Amino acid sequence: MAKRSEDFRVVNIKYLNELHFILELEGTKPLPEIKPGQFAQIRIDNSKNTFLRRPFSIHDVDYAGNRLKFLIRAIGDGTRTLGTIAENRMVNLIYPLGNSFSLPLPREKVLLVGGGCGIAPLLYLAKFMNRSGVVPDILLGFRNSKSIMESDEYSKTGRLFIITEDGSEGEKGLVTGHTIMKDLGAYGRVFCCGPEPMMKAVAELAKASGTECEVSLENMMACGIGVCLCCVVKSSRGNVCTCTDGPVFNIKDLQW
Amino acid sequence: MVNLEFKIGSLRFKNPVLTASGTCGYGYELEDFINPDELGGIIVKGTTPEPREGNPYPRMAETPSGMLNSVGLQNKGIEYFEKIIYPRISGFNTNVIVNINGNTIEDYVTLAERIGSLDKIPAVELNISCPNVKKGGMLFGTNPVSAREVIREVRKAYNRVLIVKLSPNVTSIEEFARIAEEEGADSVSLINTLLGMAVDINTRKPALPGFTGGLSGPAVKPVALRMVWQAARAVKIPVIGIGGIMTATDALEFIMAGASAVQVGTAIFIDPESPVKIIAGIKSYLENKGIRNYSDLIGCINS
Repeated sequence: MAKRSEDFRVVNIKYLNELHFILELEGTKPLPEIKPGQFAQIRIDNSKNTFLRRPFSIHDVDYAGNRLKFLIRAIGDGTRTLGTIAENRMVNLIYPLGNSFSLPLPREKVLLVGGGCGIAPLLYLAKFMNRSGVVPDILLGFRNSKSIMESDEYSKTGRLFIITEDGSEGEKGLVTGHTIMKDLGAYGRVFCCGPEPMMKAVAELAKASGTECEVSLENMMACGIGVCLCCVVKSSRGNVCTCTDGPVFNIKDLQW
Repeated sequence: MVNLEFKIGSLRFKNPVLTASGTCGYGYELEDFINPDELGGIIVKGTTPEPREGNPYPRMAETPSGMLNSVGLQNKGIEYFEKIIYPRISGFNTNVIVNINGNTIEDYVTLAERIGSLDKIPAVELNISCPNVKKGGMLFGTNPVSAREVIREVRKAYNRVLIVKLSPNVTSIEEFARIAEEEGADSVSLINTLLGMAVDINTRKPALPGFTGGLSGPAVKPVALRMVWQAARAVKIPVIGIGGIMTATDALEFIMAGASAVQVGTAIFIDPESPVKIIAGIKSYLENKGIRNYSDLIGCINS
């Protein structure tokens, strides 16, 4: 699908907690086909310390309303500015970028594992799977009960498990310590997005149990379209761009 | 109708806006956004004799109004270029120019010879200014003796248009521009990136693993403009201006300072349509001012 540069109207910014917000945008023309795992490069015009675009996973897609949602952590000047843009202002997107998660086989048992803001691409992925009749198990890890986000949304798309580091909701610990991870071999595929140490730990367990595992990387990038060669990751084929060869990689292709 | 035609010797460019090496891939990466045929030229990714993996990640650090990069000439080598890439780009109806890089003079000569046998590549850009490699690159471009030698040897081996890309990391840009002209280069392009650095105060480490990188973007524009002005006064061959050009206004500043053409680079990362917007912007400036030939503006600040 062709990539586009397009202005979107800010429909709504909804804060989920102190740091995270959902940015809902509306395009002026019909959306192109968007695959789960793809991302957009958003230009942030009113942040004087933000020169480059910022890449964000597409969190949800509403084709009927030409709307896209992004789950964003306000962590630097750019994302903080984005989180305070007034409704109806326009922002420019380059999208849809990157590859996508693979589609499970019919009746395949699938597990989605997300941590913190890394849960972002998993909602659209789950909804996408639902359309072909796959209902995934979803394991989301957060710091504590207050930092849990979007659990209502995720629970509509699959069987949801929560784990928190302090045990204030769900099981206590990290995602890799959750009960269902003990039976990872029962799943045909695990899709994972979160902090890199978490993804690496999940990848280790997946390898040990022989489960196919795909991870979504968030390497720093400038262009997002495969020309600057800044976002590379070492793969079995040498250095490849996270933006065009990823962001989703089968762990077999990474030197993890 | 305004005339945007630009020439280096007998090589004609439909307009004076080219895309800079390392910022536009091989041209086809931008096809979803622009028609590459509308560009004055495409300077493709720096090519070396052997395939190169480039430097380790991270390779980029954002800085005020710009960025540092340390890609280190990642490319698949000349053979891959000849066999796989060249057939894909030889149909472009614009000047496709290959940026060549080596560790040794022999490397540059070999590359020039091999590119010289590809019919649809009318020019090479001799990169003696890459700041992100341990051998070759900027080491040639910051030493007058080795700069002269490499340009001389490539000139002997290559009879099409030879553009020499100069480093800003020198005391006298005029000296290097003159050396290029004296050794028979047809044009000089400048500036390559400025050697820079950034520190991450949270990790207490350099932002780039190799400590230094090349600074580009609007942050370097005033420096680039000054150097283009100096180089253009020092030589008669056409000077191609590069450095933080984001808009037609920026491009016109370079032209008025003495550039016969410009290259758009880092701007593509933010807006891949920017090269075509810059062409349109130059055109409308000329129309509004009633100027028929853009070339009337080249170096006009000096008169």
